[in-house]
Amino acid sequence: MDLLGYGAFFLTTALIFSLVTLGLNLQWGLTGLFNVGLAGFVAIGAYTSALLTTPDDAARLGGFGLPILVGWLGAMVVGGIAAALTGMATLRLRSDYLAITTFGVAVVVQLVALNAQKLTGGPFGIGFIPRPFGGLAETPLLFNLSNLAVVSVVTLVAYLALEHLSRSPWGRVLKALREDERAAISLGKSARFYRVQAFAVGGAIMALAGALQAHFTGFIAPDNYLPILTFQVWVMLIVGGSGSNLGAVIGSILVWAIWAGSGTLTSILFPPEQQARAAALQIAAIGVMLCVILLIRPNGLFGDRPRRPRFSKRAKIAAGESSSGS
Amino acid sequence: MSLQFVVDGLLTGSMIGLGAIGVTLTYSILRFSNFAHGDFMAWGTYATLAVVSAIGAMVGKVAPIGPLSFGWPLIVALAVGMAFTALLALLLDKVLFARLRSQGQAIIVVMASFGASMALRSLLEFTFTSRPTYFSRAIQIAMPVGFGIRITPDQIALLLLTAVLVLAVHLLMTRTQTGRSMQALSQNAALARIVGIDVASVVRVTWVIGGALACVAGVMIGILVQIRPFMGFDMLLPMFAAAILGGIGSIPGAVLGGLIIGLAEAGAVQLIGAEWRAAVSFIILMAVLFVRPIGLFGVRER
Repeated sequence: MDLLGYGAFFLTTALIFSLVTLGLNLQWGLTGLFNVGLAGFVAIGAYTSALLTTPDDAARLGGFGLPILVGWLGAMVVGGIAAALTGMATLRLRSDYLAITTFGVAVVVQLVALNAQKLTGGPFGIGFIPRPFGGLAETPLLFNLSNLAVVSVVTLVAYLALEHLSRSPWGRVLKALREDERAAISLGKSARFYRVQAFAVGGAIMALAGALQAHFTGFIAPDNYLPILTFQVWVMLIVGGSGSNLGAVIGSILVWAIWAGSGTLTSILFPPEQQARAAALQIAAIGVMLCVILLIRPNGLFGDRPRRPRFSKRAKIAAGESSSGS
Repeated sequence: MSLQFVVDGLLTGSMIGLGAIGVTLTYSILRFSNFAHGDFMAWGTYATLAVVSAIGAMVGKVAPIGPLSFGWPLIVALAVGMAFTALLALLLDKVLFARLRSQGQAIIVVMASFGASMALRSLLEFTFTSRPTYFSRAIQIAMPVGFGIRITPDQIALLLLTAVLVLAVHLLMTRTQTGRSMQALSQNAALARIVGIDVASVVRVTWVIGGALACVAGVMIGILVQIRPFMGFDMLLPMFAAAILGGIGSIPGAVLGGLIIGLAEAGAVQLIGAEWRAAVSFIILMAVLFVRPIGLFGVRER
């Protein structure tokens, strides 16, 4: 029974991760937009939903006590707007500028979460976030399973919607822009407009994932949204294969299994005072893993990123350059 | 408002500026934003610290030079650390970045640098734990220099060192053949190759300069603030902002950008409070991207 409960708990967390990864796949896999601050968007969703749904609290702003669904919707709207603004500021410039700006967004969101006590509860975070099926909390198994059901349904809906989107004319424009921007523009598609849209939708999905997580655990704090989260999700997408929604989901479950498994292993193998060091080693190992996958299997397990002819020519020139260099 | 923020800002600005030189060079010559640059700083600082303690173990306690808080061991160690950081950058380029560059997708290299940054930082945390350390725990008396400004001997020495290094790099870039090759490669890579510029050696020089200066910036932070595995990662946003504010590829721009951001941060600390310090570089970055994305001294992309 315990195992079943843990299994449900594990899968719920993994599916929430896969929702973030799906959002990232829309941004990066489908559109080629590089988001290194996705933890910031997840945090925006979590805090928005928490503010909207928690009971009134004198110590900080709001606590509006609205229904959970309203919280989720609000999270998606705010997350989408934040992503759209980020996109509008940077998408007319080089792709690296988006990377740097999203990195900055994550830093600033972290700062606000830590310092704007009136809004976010500061370092102590926000508690008493209503949980769906909170009444079932007495029987943990039932509670975990019903949470799993909710998260599964949301992930499935997002997955199907994204699959549909990527085959729709809209998705085809995004792919065309990714593959050959000049050709797509010559067909009269505004690159910037489509990219901002994709970035905003991706941001909204990430925010929704943040909201789900917040309502699942019932408590959020700034520490949940450190750069390590961004890093985890990237590894999940790269392992699964960017461009494939199925890859995003399976990669998330797989990497989360490795992560949680190695975490359990280190907690068994190492004495308590060495735990922090062991955790650092775990992160280093995953970082190396990301680099190795990029080197030997850049398409991941299910990636669909085709080698483009335009690039293979350039790649040959560049390869010649580096081989003469080393 | 006391004018002390000028000194604080210039010091922070020197650290940011020295780091931003490496960022701007990698960006303009290798064409990717290196998220591992901050961790070069941290690695260089820890390497310097290791050499200082090794020297301390061998020759015993060394008296500091004049009014400074450190003696010759730190200067020797800094030189070793700079060489070490340059080698680290070259090594990382050889095993990771060069291979990915040859695949032709610039943004993959950025992601790899992000992964490498995570791995490098965590290795530091594993080896040295996340507890902060210091080069010296001695307290220096700050001397008043008028207008309500106080400055310690260490701070004067480090400001002078920054000025010398920046001047040296500037002369290297403008007066030597290597520097001109670097500029040529950043302006037009294909044409530079055609006129017979040795791309591989330019790439090596870029990493060596970037790595060595990152180490100096890190050691400055180590002397004036403290040494932590995250010290470099926390400098990443200010360094990027400085490089973009100054204009990608411009060394004077990177330094000036660093000084502007340093002064703005120090001013914000006095006016608003230290907890919002990190937001300053983000606001400046956004302003630059909206108003003048090529930066102060930038040239239009070709």
